[in-house]
Amino acid sequence: MINVSQIKKGIVIDHIEAGHGIHIFKELHLDELTDPVVLLTNIPSNKSGTKDMIKIETDFKLDMNVLGLIDPNVTINFVQQGKVTSKLKLTLPREVVGILKCKNPRCITNQENVPDVHFYLVDEAKKIYRCEYCDAYTTFKPQN
Amino acid sequence: MADQNSDALSAGLVGRQLIEPGDFSVAELESIFELADQIIADPKTAGDWAKGRLMASLFYEPSTRTRFSFESAMMRLGGRVFGFDDPKTSSVSKGETLMDTAKIISCYADIAVIRHPKEGTAKLFAQSVPGMPVINAGDGGHEHPTQTLTDLLTIRHLLGSCDGHTIGLCGDLLFGRTIHSLVKTLNRWKGNRFIFISPKELRMPEYFLSMLPEGSYIETDSLDDVIGDLDILYMSRVQRERFVNEEEYIRLKDVYILDKKKMKKARQDMIVMHPLPRVNEIATEVDADPRAVYFKQAKFGMYVRMALISKLLGVGR
Ligand SMILES: [Zn+2]
Repeated sequence: MINVSQIKKGIVIDHIEAGHGIHIFKELHLDELTDPVVLLTNIPSNKSGTKDMIKIETDFKLDMNVLGLIDPNVTINFVQQGKVTSKLKLTLPREVVGILKCKNPRCITNQENVPDVHFYLVDEAKKIYRCEYCDAYTTFKPQN
Repeated sequence: MADQNSDALSAGLVGRQLIEPGDFSVAELESIFELADQIIADPKTAGDWAKGRLMASLFYEPSTRTRFSFESAMMRLGGRVFGFDDPKTSSVSKGETLMDTAKIISCYADIAVIRHPKEGTAKLFAQSVPGMPVINAGDGGHEHPTQTLTDLLTIRHLLGSCDGHTIGLCGDLLFGRTIHSLVKTLNRWKGNRFIFISPKELRMPEYFLSMLPEGSYIETDSLDDVIGDLDILYMSRVQRERFVNEEEYIRLKDVYILDKKKMKKARQDMIVMHPLPRVNEIATEVDADPRAVYFKQAKFGMYVRMALISKLLGVGR
């Protein structure tokens, strides 16, 4: 078993649904960090069979919106001196910027290169968001 | 007191951008209609309100009727117009981003009107030039707010207000952007009832009905049954390409054609509206009926655009 408290200072993203770890890794652009990052997959878990986990030894600021979107059930542990100093439960973000792509083929954002398109949450259970430009609905699905 | 309020409202509209009817409050919309009524009463008074002002008319797809309406409105205010109606023949589409085009246009023009086949374009354009008046003249199947303003001015001018009417909407209610926008906006006034008249294949979409207050509408497939109850009959086109088979189309299209015979069942003070162009859904024999106001509606469209342009530029009374 992996001991989470081995990390001295940083962030542990725990209870990631098995298989989602790699999506979070990509969406948070953790490959661009120079600090130590560990991605663990298929760890046995009491709660749900198996889970993924990411450990980052850094002061890196997390984009909670990305996390909430990919897997709103994760727990975020902030670690200092080997101890968890605070825990955070996520909810689906009301508003996301620059993560989703509008599914409406007639939307201007699919023709012009529009930076920072805002999407607003319409349906929490189904992860449906509304495009700020064309008002069409887009359902979030992690990229492979 | 009332004057102070309307002055404050007018000041609040200067430099604003109209992407969809919901961008303006009911009071702001009413202030536009009041000004339009003044222009209708004496169109010549507005003849120099926009003197020295320039409007950019940017039509990324042709729409002659809408363009003529905006351009005639600006010219009747004494302003001038430049622009294009076919981006293929102008250099505007040569790789330049829409955001850059917007910024350049804002150096030349005092107000911009934009029509584009892609949805959300007017908003993107407007965001690139904050503080510049921008009017959405149609962005794909998304919004066309001045069409809705035209419909509202027509109702308000001819029936005295936008409150408390029974409105029949007839034809293609499934895909009708104009009709959806009108119903949504009329619901911001008080006491309006809607009767949705269509074949079952072209009913109002479920998601749209779910947004309406309970008890504010009924649905029927028979124009004959309800025409006698209406203050307003809003006709729209039933398009052949919406039907799976030809027989179904032929069976249904005549049911929704308004003719003299059907008009006999309607009240004497009902008005018939249509966004135009019509194909065959209103028989030409109805045109002579004083209740048919669809050609007047086009004129109201120009007046409401005159009022809108004046408010956004901060000119006029
Ligand atoms: Zn969109």
